[in-house]
Amino acid sequence: MDIQLKRGLLDVCVLKAIKNEDSYGYKIIKDMKPYVEISESTLYPILRRLESSNMLTVRSAEHNGRLRKYYHITELGLKRIEEFKKEWEEILSIYKFIAKEDCNE
Amino acid sequence: MNKIDFICEMNSRLHGLPEEDINKSIDYYCEIIEDSVEDGKSEEEAVSSLGEIDEIVSQIMMDIPLSKIVKAKAKPNRALRVWEIVLIALGSPIWLSLLIAVFSVVLAVYISIWAVVVSLYAVVLSVAVSTLVVAIGIFVSLFKGLFLNSLIFLSFALVCAGLTILLFIGTNYFAKGTFFLGKLCVKGLKRMFVGRTAK
Repeated sequence: MDIQLKRGLLDVCVLKAIKNEDSYGYKIIKDMKPYVEISESTLYPILRRLESSNMLTVRSAEHNGRLRKYYHITELGLKRIEEFKKEWEEILSIYKFIAKEDCNE
Repeated sequence: MNKIDFICEMNSRLHGLPEEDINKSIDYYCEIIEDSVEDGKSEEEAVSSLGEIDEIVSQIMMDIPLSKIVKAKAKPNRALRVWEIVLIALGSPIWLSLLIAVFSVVLAVYISIWAVVVSLYAVVLSVAVSTLVVAIGIFVSLFKGLFLNSLIFLSFALVCAGLTILLFIGTNYFAKGTFFLGKLCVKGLKRMFVGRTAK
């Protein structure tokens, strides 16, 4: 897949992974696994990017005697997911157009 | 490699980057390793599943702007002594002008490379415009009844159109190559600042 496209998609995937409840790095990767493979080194810059663009906030909480970072989605992050869904409808209609042409050939 | 080895390796590879970035990234990877161990993996397995350390390091490096790396590198590890400050201040006419000169040269080279790209596109545009003009010439001579002239114009138009297409493709490749080279240079510069100097 085109790198630029995949990057944008993964951003939204990560937001979705923390949408319903705060999550941490390892769990985000695990939750996304059935849908999209993402490596630890790929997730890291995404989390930082989302943090600096205020789509998520980070808090440290104790877990088994150590600190774990939990990521919490912000209003802006939720808005991004909704935006993405709208964008995708547009892309889907474009896709339908492209795929239809293929069938007629 | 166990967790401690991994942390040491990361530390030495990332040496020279801003402290804050190093700590943040190492914290992140430690957490992943600990969570994997909690999930039933051995420490070695957890570390090796993170992938190549080279890949991890270059990902982190690419994410930090060059200016921030240079700033972190330029910051001395300890407070400056008085005589050092005096020396820096006294030497400023020399090192400052040298620094400015180096920066201007780098900037000039960068701009001139892109100037070549822009001028190549200008050539493409001019050939495209001449194609158009010659095409108009065909119709004008046809209108005037000069068939031989219109034939000559037609051949010129075809040559120009062909040139436009070829030059456009070539210039595109050149521009892409320049962009790629620029990226490589930035990467190389970052490598120069970040290294295994800790060892």
